[in-house]
Amino acid sequence: MKVMLFARARELIGIERLEFEESMTVGELRALLERRFPKVAGLLKKSAIAVDNEFAEDALQIPAGAEVALLPPVSGG
Amino acid sequence: MIRLTRDVIDYHALTEKVRRGDCGAVVLFLGTVRDLTGERVTVALDYEAYPAMAEKKMAEIESDTRTRWPVGEIILEHRLGRLEIGDVSVAVAVSCPHRAQAFEACRHAIDRLKELVPIWKKENWADGSTEWVHPGA
Repeated sequence: MKVMLFARARELIGIERLEFEESMTVGELRALLERRFPKVAGLLKKSAIAVDNEFAEDALQIPAGAEVALLPPVSGG
Repeated sequence: MIRLTRDVIDYHALTEKVRRGDCGAVVLFLGTVRDLTGERVTVALDYEAYPAMAEKKMAEIESDTRTRWPVGEIILEHRLGRLEIGDVSVAVAVSCPHRAQAFEACRHAIDRLKELVPIWKKENWADGSTEWVHPGA
């Protein structure tokens, strides 16, 4: 899967997208991101995760090849 | 109709597009770049989107609004990139047969857009610092 990063999350991690080979749930991805990038832990807790352009719950198994996105609280308008 | 754009939002043209003979009410909402947040002075805002999902969510808001009110036409348009004070960042234009419906439908659409659509703004403060706006985070 690829994980797209936006706004403050992208700036804190310093890259626009991450790639993972492992199969995991959304909740497991959250835990992995928190371990690997402790500085985004606070923002991560407030962020949504989208899988293939839809908001996803932690229990969802991420399909192979999915486009995942880490979405910090939105501020459009 | 929904659209993300990097160009100036032509809200006059957009308002004309929603006018219809069977609709006696047109409501236009514009979001514009404000100069002050509390006591902090903004010079510019940078807007970015997750475009595919933003367009999908805006289309869902259009169809949800149409199921709740007798909408003749509705346009949601959001601008991306660098915007300066007074620039229009977002426009929602709605036509309905009667005004109460048009006001409610427009209010619903802009409220849902601000809640659901993956778009973010970054403040460029007058002191040269910048800050992504992430409400509640």
